[in-house]
Amino acid sequence: MSILVIAEHDNKSLKGATLNTVAAAAKIGGEVHLLVAGSGCGDAAAQAAKVAGVGKVLQADAPHYDAQLAENIAALIVANAGGYSHILAPASTGGKNVMPRVAALLDVAQISDIISVESADTFVRPIYAGNALATVKSADAVKVITVRTTGFDPVAAEGGNAAIESLAAGPDLALSKLLGRELTKSERPELGAAGIIVSGGRGLGSSENYHKLLEPLADKLGAALGASRAAVDAGYVPNDYQVGQTGKIVAPQVYFAIGISGAIQHLAGMKDSKIIVAINKDPEAPIFQVADYGLVGDLFQLVPELTSAM
Amino acid sequence: MGSQARLEKHKESKNSHRSIALKILVPVKRVVDYNVKVRVKADGSGVDLANVKMSMNPFDEIAVEEAVRLKEAGVATEVVAVSCGVAQCQETLRTAMAIGADRGILVETDAELQPLAVAKLLKALCDKEQPTVVICGKQAIDDDANQTGQMLAALMGWPQATFASKVALADGKATVTREIDGGLETLEMNLPAVVTTDLRLNEPRYATLPNIMKAKKKPLETVKPADLSIDVAPRLATIKVSEPAKRSAGVIVADVAQLVEKLKNEAKVI
Ligand SMILES: Cc1cc2nc3c(=O)[nH]c(=O)nc-3n(C[C@H](O)[C@H](O)[C@H](O)COP(=O)(O)OP(=O)(O)OC[C@H]3O[C@@H](n4cnc5c(N)ncnc54)[C@H](O)[C@@H]3O)c2cc1C
Repeated sequence: MSILVIAEHDNKSLKGATLNTVAAAAKIGGEVHLLVAGSGCGDAAAQAAKVAGVGKVLQADAPHYDAQLAENIAALIVANAGGYSHILAPASTGGKNVMPRVAALLDVAQISDIISVESADTFVRPIYAGNALATVKSADAVKVITVRTTGFDPVAAEGGNAAIESLAAGPDLALSKLLGRELTKSERPELGAAGIIVSGGRGLGSSENYHKLLEPLADKLGAALGASRAAVDAGYVPNDYQVGQTGKIVAPQVYFAIGISGAIQHLAGMKDSKIIVAINKDPEAPIFQVADYGLVGDLFQLVPELTSAM
Repeated sequence: MGSQARLEKHKESKNSHRSIALKILVPVKRVVDYNVKVRVKADGSGVDLANVKMSMNPFDEIAVEEAVRLKEAGVATEVVAVSCGVAQCQETLRTAMAIGADRGILVETDAELQPLAVAKLLKALCDKEQPTVVICGKQAIDDDANQTGQMLAALMGWPQATFASKVALADGKATVTREIDGGLETLEMNLPAVVTTDLRLNEPRYATLPNIMKAKKKPLETVKPADLSIDVAPRLATIKVSEPAKRSAGVIVADVAQLVEKLKNEAKVI
């Protein structure tokens, strides 16, 4: 039994989510191969070869893999799927985009967002915004899976020494093309990988307040910044800050929820955090039902106080 | 020319732009309303759906709204809503028609439908209806699968733009801005194509009473999976459904000093 893991990378380096996905593959058992598809992705492939527990790296290098377009990447995966019992990718926006396409082309179900491996064909995944956990068993010959990274501790980035095999590129299907990207630039840790997250909601009132109050606190803690959907919709911060059912799923050591009410959809994205701290002026706010430490009061007074106390 | 006549004239010239038919197909799913906190059944067989409020999946509502706006802007000529599931999905289709879809198709079945099966049903309808664009919700808030649109695109051999926050159709191409983990990206793709909606694409309108009444008279066709020759048998068996570990509420601290003290000495996380 061999397992193919689709690496997430930016050609230069491997994204952390790949390590959690390899961990899920290791739980299933069998030889793990990492596919690095990109353009000029030699550095990422070299990193992939060092990942602990990886038996082989498959590198597909071609200009038409640069933008990670779903049509081309899915076709490449399907063309190389032979011999694999499982194909895994992180449940990132990249994996969610490509993997259902792979599953449909192979005429198999996809098992989305697994948080645990029960056996080679049985997995646990959250449904209803994490209010229930379904244990599902697949009858398909190939299991196409996306992995929720918070469910699996990452394997070591170093220690392996896998061979890198180059893979023939498939044709450029030319169904779509990338016109441009607007990526959020930040010196802060990535939300998905941060040990501490400072997250703000509608209670902050404006983009200016969000930055003025939360940035100094995040700076002191070396934390990543997050937000509720209401804060994103109101334009306080870009969409990639959103934590929740339909945003990012995070599980840091500490999650500060500031001016966030604690809607089910928000809780779905952060309730597996080790420690939750809530600051809210409404003592009835549902966020206090999941918070380890709650502070009731005006955030405009409490947050600066907290920042200077750190 | 009186103002009424001018209006008619204007409508005509606007219509004449639309000599090329551009049909949009919008799949809509009937799900537990997003405000409902579901309960897991004691026997672990699933979640309790008895007497629970059902609504259109919020992402699908955004999809219907987008399609209707494209029609109102003179870009699309027809919006067809499709739902797969039990007879009550007719209500979901009526809601779509109240927002502005022109007609509805129900693929009626009591069988459990998984995303691959729905994608195959939609493919059969696409083969028949020949839409230029299919706009789906990015995920349904019950199974949280996030698969159907991508699977349909694959089965049709069409391009896809998932998690859309902006959609423009012109000159036989779609230009779509997508929400991705690092920010935003914009793709251009050939038509036909599948687009899936993210939350910020638009804010769906409330259906007005006159439009709800009008929707009752719009055509609604019902077919069965067998009529489309599609095998909808599930590929995944649900062994059990359980409740996630409960988080218990902690303590309310008196002030910032106590919070910092607890984080340092009790939780030892800072
Ligand atoms: C399909 C769907 C998907 C969704 N997905 C997500 C998702 O992924 N993530 C997400 O977050 N939401 C999501 N939502 C939205 C969710 O339902 C809530 O609307 C949203 O989380 C609310 O954000 P909020 O807590 O910032 O705002 P509010 O609910 O308005 O809460 C603001 C809080 O700030 C407090 N406050 C105000 N002023 C002060 C002050 N001066 N000091 C202290 N406290 C103050 C208030 O007491 C209140 O509790 C989704 C909704 C739908 C329908």
